[in-house]
Amino acid sequence: MDRRKLEENIFKGMMIASTLIVVGSLLSVFIVVILKGAPALSISMLTQIPKGGYYLGKEGGILNAIVGSLYLAGGATTISFLISLPTALYLHEYAGRRLATLARQSLDVLWSVPSIIYGAFGFTVMIYLGMRASLLGGIMALTLLEIPIMTRVMDEVINTVPLRLREASYALGATKLETAWNVVARQALPGILTAVLLASGRAIGDAASLLFTAGYTDNIPSSLFDPVASLPLALFFQLGTPFPEVQQRAYASGAILLVIVLSLSIASRLLIKRFTKYVIR
Amino acid sequence: MFKPHVSIEKLNVYYGEHHVLKDITVDIPERRITAIIGPSGCGKTTFLRSLNSLIDLVDEVRLSGKVLVDGVNIYDNGVDVTSIRKRMGLIAQMPNPLPMSIYDNVAYGPRIHGVKDRKELDQIVEQCLRASSLWGEVEGRLREPASKLSMGQQQRLCLARALAVEPEVLLCDEPTSALDPISARHIEEQLITLKKDYTIVFVTHILRQARRLADYAVFLYLGELVEHGPAGEVLANPKEPRTQAYLKGEIS
Repeated sequence: MDRRKLEENIFKGMMIASTLIVVGSLLSVFIVVILKGAPALSISMLTQIPKGGYYLGKEGGILNAIVGSLYLAGGATTISFLISLPTALYLHEYAGRRLATLARQSLDVLWSVPSIIYGAFGFTVMIYLGMRASLLGGIMALTLLEIPIMTRVMDEVINTVPLRLREASYALGATKLETAWNVVARQALPGILTAVLLASGRAIGDAASLLFTAGYTDNIPSSLFDPVASLPLALFFQLGTPFPEVQQRAYASGAILLVIVLSLSIASRLLIKRFTKYVIR
Repeated sequence: MFKPHVSIEKLNVYYGEHHVLKDITVDIPERRITAIIGPSGCGKTTFLRSLNSLIDLVDEVRLSGKVLVDGVNIYDNGVDVTSIRKRMGLIAQMPNPLPMSIYDNVAYGPRIHGVKDRKELDQIVEQCLRASSLWGEVEGRLREPASKLSMGQQQRLCLARALAVEPEVLLCDEPTSALDPISARHIEEQLITLKKDYTIVFVTHILRQARRLADYAVFLYLGELVEHGPAGEVLANPKEPRTQAYLKGEIS
């Protein structure tokens, strides 16, 4: 009896400790980044482009990277969504079992491919096409990064849509497309939004795939073929300088990135709540 | 004699190696309630689902034989499966409302079959909800999610949804088994009213329910059609020993 109680207490203690480590590391990341970046945070950080170059400049802001990151992630997420949703629906409603399994396994492999590989791949393709580092190149690399995540998460979510809902639709004489679009996608909508959020979160925070494909610049791009800055690379370059003031600006960039990711997450949670209204449990 | 509406000829269904329905030949009479009875696992549900080709959704299913609706074999090449299913409404065992509002659940069928006019849809929705005697309970809250209704209400909503595409046949797969007794009685009363206009095929394992509702009865056992005929005969004076044993509760 005592031994079992002891066991219970030891394991409970371990679980509490693990949970505290998880929550604690999250909090400490936020605290460190915000404390170290605070001195450099200012309105001009958000509203101006860098003065004196992104690498050495101590003045101006990082508007170029904020706008750049939003362009890059926004573009890549939009394209990925347009590819991922039809793919996920196709895998469930149309594809044969063997093709679906093959596709899922490929997507799982692609998911775990490091983003620098996508960067290198994108770079090679761009050289072949005669493109230079640009917004378009960056969007393409991030799209490659996002598609496996988005598709697989949607796929898992669609998998939970009960067969009886599909049957109800088919029994009324609906086609596969009508059923997939009106019933399956609608039932899975909250999960589909989660998939979009997860993938865009990964894209907005990725540096490696952008290094060679999007380049970096002090300016805000005016076309798809201009190079573009991004927050993760702003952090990377600024942290690499020998000047403490510039390094501080790196943490400020990090804090801004965190706030963007956090607000994305909160906004989509609110959105998901709205779309859960009609879901059948 | 009854006039046949759906004729099943030598229907065989296999799930992989498993022979689920064996050489079934039977006529379903028009505008009557036909009860399909038999112990669980005897193929009742499979039988019902082969009448509207919904069985196609199952992997590795093989089917031979004919299902003739008004003389046309629904398994002939070139027969449009969606138009067949439109003519055969299905009420499932568990209420299965769609992830949308009460209104949209009923309007879903007409919409996919091309009804766009708002007024016409309003009319269809009201008419079908009245026919399933749900209108009074949902009149003021048609925009609410269907999932907010009780199980009994959901099942009547499913009935209204099935009626909205103007089917000729209603296929009911133990539609009351998940419901409380009062809701179950509601559904039974609806079906009795509806048989004026519809051919109803009703799967049940409750003999008393079959006696209350059925005009015609079909007894399936282990995938075989054992006996069929007017309900009064099959359920009261069966000829086959296996039917007699089942009615006495000796086999299940």
